[in-house]
Amino acid sequence: MGSLIKTWEIPGGIHPPENKAQSLQLPLGKVPLPPTLVLPLNQHIGTAAKPVVTVGERVLGGQLIADAEGIFSASVHAPTSGQVTAIEDHLVPHPSGMSAPCIVIEPDGADQWVELNPLEDYLDADKDELLSRIRAAGIAGLGGAGFPTSVKLNPRADHQINTLIINGTECEPYITADDILMQTRADDVIAGALILAKLLNHPEHVLVGVEDNKPDAIAALRKAAAGTEIQVVSFPTKYPSGGEKQLIQILTGQEVPSGQIPASIGVVCQNVGTAAAVYRAVRFGEPLVSRITTVVGEALQTQRNVEVLLGTPINYLLEQHGFDPRQASRLVMGGPMMGFSLPDASVPVIKTTNCILAPSKSELPPPAPAQACIRCGLCAEACPASLLPQQLYWYAIAEDHEKLESHNLFDCIECGACSYVCPSNIPLVQYYRAAKGSIRQEQIEKDKSARARRRFEFRQERIAKEEAEREAKRAARRLAAEEAKRKLAEQKVETPEPPATAQAPAGDDSLKTQRARLERNLAAAKNSLAKASEPLVANEPGGTVTEEQLAKQQARIKQAELKVHEVEKKLQALDASNANEATDPVAAAIARAQAKMSMTPEDKLRSSVESLSKRLAKAEQKAADARAQGSDTADALAQGVIKLKEKLASTQKELNELTPSTVAQPSSASRSDTDQAALAIERAKAKAAALATMSAEEKLRNQIDALKARLEKARSRLEKAEADNDENVEAFRTAVDKLDERLQQLLAQQ
Amino acid sequence: MLRVSSPHTHIRRDTGQIMRLVLVATVPGLLALTLFFGWGSLFNVALACITAVLCEALVMKLRRRPVMFYLRDCTALVTGVLLGMALPPYCPWWLVVVGSMTAIILAKQLYGGMGFNPFNPAMVGYVVLLISFPVPITQWAAPAGVLADQVGFIEGMRQIWAGVPIDGYTAATPLDVLSQNTSVLMEDLYQTDPTLSTGLWAGAGWEWVNIGFLLGGLFLLYQRVFTWHAPVSMLVTLTIMAALFYDGGSSNSGGSPLLHLLSGATMLGAFFILTDPVTSAVSNRGRLVCGVLVGVLLYVMRHWSNYPDAIAFAVLLMNFAAPFIDYYTVPRTYGHKKSRSALDKGEQ
Ligand code: SF4
Ligand code: SF4
Repeated sequence: MGSLIKTWEIPGGIHPPENKAQSLQLPLGKVPLPPTLVLPLNQHIGTAAKPVVTVGERVLGGQLIADAEGIFSASVHAPTSGQVTAIEDHLVPHPSGMSAPCIVIEPDGADQWVELNPLEDYLDADKDELLSRIRAAGIAGLGGAGFPTSVKLNPRADHQINTLIINGTECEPYITADDILMQTRADDVIAGALILAKLLNHPEHVLVGVEDNKPDAIAALRKAAAGTEIQVVSFPTKYPSGGEKQLIQILTGQEVPSGQIPASIGVVCQNVGTAAAVYRAVRFGEPLVSRITTVVGEALQTQRNVEVLLGTPINYLLEQHGFDPRQASRLVMGGPMMGFSLPDASVPVIKTTNCILAPSKSELPPPAPAQACIRCGLCAEACPASLLPQQLYWYAIAEDHEKLESHNLFDCIECGACSYVCPSNIPLVQYYRAAKGSIRQEQIEKDKSARARRRFEFRQERIAKEEAEREAKRAARRLAAEEAKRKLAEQKVETPEPPATAQAPAGDDSLKTQRARLERNLAAAKNSLAKASEPLVANEPGGTVTEEQLAKQQARIKQAELKVHEVEKKLQALDASNANEATDPVAAAIARAQAKMSMTPEDKLRSSVESLSKRLAKAEQKAADARAQGSDTADALAQGVIKLKEKLASTQKELNELTPSTVAQPSSASRSDTDQAALAIERAKAKAAALATMSAEEKLRNQIDALKARLEKARSRLEKAEADNDENVEAFRTAVDKLDERLQQLLAQQ
Repeated sequence: MLRVSSPHTHIRRDTGQIMRLVLVATVPGLLALTLFFGWGSLFNVALACITAVLCEALVMKLRRRPVMFYLRDCTALVTGVLLGMALPPYCPWWLVVVGSMTAIILAKQLYGGMGFNPFNPAMVGYVVLLISFPVPITQWAAPAGVLADQVGFIEGMRQIWAGVPIDGYTAATPLDVLSQNTSVLMEDLYQTDPTLSTGLWAGAGWEWVNIGFLLGGLFLLYQRVFTWHAPVSMLVTLTIMAALFYDGGSSNSGGSPLLHLLSGATMLGAFFILTDPVTSAVSNRGRLVCGVLVGVLLYVMRHWSNYPDAIAFAVLLMNFAAPFIDYYTVPRTYGHKKSRSALDKGEQ
């Protein structure tokens, strides 16, 4: 069965001395309860868990002490009963030697446990139940990276999973934790794999991949898997076959496209340890509070695998194995190829700690001084990702970030095969890590400065807008004052005294000049609106129109529209007050003449329909462009389009209403007709005005709501990306930041 | 406690060890040279090595680098050995010294030392000599068995140090014979030429020298010092070229494939010079291309140019082309649809 499965070969790879025998001489051991347990709140990739216990509280074994914070997180449980003595920063296992919040428990030795909640017929349980059990147990990938397991079991709807791979490769030298787990608990592994398969809707293939240097593990797994849908596949030993991407290539012949997750080609990968933990969690309700760790190296008297409680300090663990610090050349968490050296032995064992390596100085001597690269190409031959390490090294020294990216630096899995074979002892991986870091840093800085620029521009716009509004108000006040003056004058006209008639032309004159001025203003405002609405051209030929440009234009258009409205309103008011004067035959005649002189209402409506449709077309184009570019403003633009459409529809309707009446009464100069037209115009203007006033508050509120929704969406996208360990996680994060920032800005404006 | 980044383990082989393996691998070829052409080659090698190491040490001192650290990588020794073997036995001492100095100082250190030289130092040294002093450098001693007696010690020393010529110790190499031949059928040539007629396949002495280098090359392949790509593609290309232009053994014939494979510096070039990591293409595909290029150039120059053997020229031309070959042979990275040449950027 299993052995008949076809496997593929990966390019490159190396065969470092396996050094696996020394830790397999003794059976799986246990260490006594340590005096303290230090449980970091973040033992996985993602958000740290939130403590739910207080200092001084007594906790029972298996009790939840820190709850998962969001989807992309994993909870933490007390490994035994005892007292919480501190919740504070403590050194955690990390290459940088950083400290992070931890819950410190002093075990009381009673090892009292909370009541666990077993589930006998778990294979009949529904998926949500299973998932929530896995989640509740705080299981994160035990293979090394530490992804919250439940996240991986929730693939995107468009990712059809056809292969579940259980990774028992363990290709790193020295480490045998998975090996001994597969040997001694093969049933748990297989049962866990079945649960995982069920959660993924029984993918076509469920494969357990093991290197052929673990015959005992393979035999045990085959026995346990007999009669199930699971196939145990063995393949030639070669480092780094256990890398997720490499194992997928070995077992399926497919490659995970650069920058994507395995689920995108229908594959989900889980470690054997994770599978076993999943089974324990589902079947017995056991949270993840211990793991198997290989304790190995010539600086130790005893080398073996132990089942160790999470939170056990490494120095306690080493003490239990007769550690001689004088002999040790270094302390490594993980294997010799990808593990990191521990700056301090007080850090605890965490969910991802598969090995503690304490090599003697002769075993892993200090690195020899690097010589010049002789371009031998051995590194390229060893690279499982088919990169050209020597070129990457070259460009890393030159800090040529463009070349580094074009040589696919980010496809380097940092396996260390190239460094291992380099005859000139060049620490290649170190260069790649540094280069990746500085490229990311550069990206972040670029984003930051772009954000700062945008903030500045927003501010400028706001100031300009406020200034425009103030200006409009001033104009309105001026107009009101003038009107009042004029009314006063008209009152005088109404008196039948002769001097009044003499004054009439004067009043008329002032009306005319007012009108002329307003019309000039209107023309100017319309002109600037037209200019603002002109299609954007990119700053540089061939470049694309940037988001900022779009936003700016948007603001400019709005301002211009505001002005047009303002002036039109004024004009309207003037006309209306004019119409009121209709009792005065002279003024009425003037009004009529003016009406004739200016456009008929129908024409006005028609032209406004025309201009509206033009604007609509433009707006639609812009919205489409923005969407195509994935610009932030796409949503806002789309809303603008909808509004324009509404406006156009209503104006069109008015025009339609107006047309028959004008047709019925061809003598368009009649009073009622003009009134009707004026009324229609009034309505349209009112609507426009409402729209304009809405822009002040409601629009803002609308915008805020829309932004909130988008932020929500972006957040979930980010979470998803984090869950999938998507390479673009950074991009999503910055997108969320950006949206958040914008929202804050709007809220501040409100 | 040590804080270093991964990987924490390293293959137990460094550049110095690789170079020492290369030195060991030259032994069979050098042995054959000595057996068939006398002690002149050994002397050349010794002199070239001493010069090379001294030059390297001097430059390192001038550049204020730790001398011993750099000498330990043995690359200067390898250059000296290769050059010494390429020069004709009993050639004047200054020829060896000038060649070796040129190789180390001009071709290697002026470019920045090991790893930075675009051209193979030994071949640069050789070509400079070949162009400047074409006569002494093309005078090869006759192989043992062709002339009655070998060059004696005193005789040889006098020629090397004082330029007192030895009478009639040279003989045309099979490649010389071939390139000068315009009228005789191949078969007759094999009958009449003293070197060819006393040999089994490709001329007395030469065939064994080439077999010696082939053995050394196979040893290095077995030791995984380099990959098979460049040497194999070069030898196959040379064979194909020779077969194409064999012309049925007529007087126009370019010589049989076997003759080409086992004469001149074919095997030395294929396994010891073409495989010089520093100056050849970096990817395996690139090395295949390099091998083909050298194979073609080598044959073309042997057959149609005035130089009977042209390994040095062919290799230098290949060195020149290596960056371009690299540029077009970037391997396809995992997870990428197609490989792209190194200078493209932008799209995925
Ligand atoms: S293995 Fe080392 S010396 Fe060889 S090409 Fe790669 S980086 Fe250069
Ligand atoms: S560390 Fe990166 S460049 Fe080196 S072999 Fe591994 S994947 Fe290739």
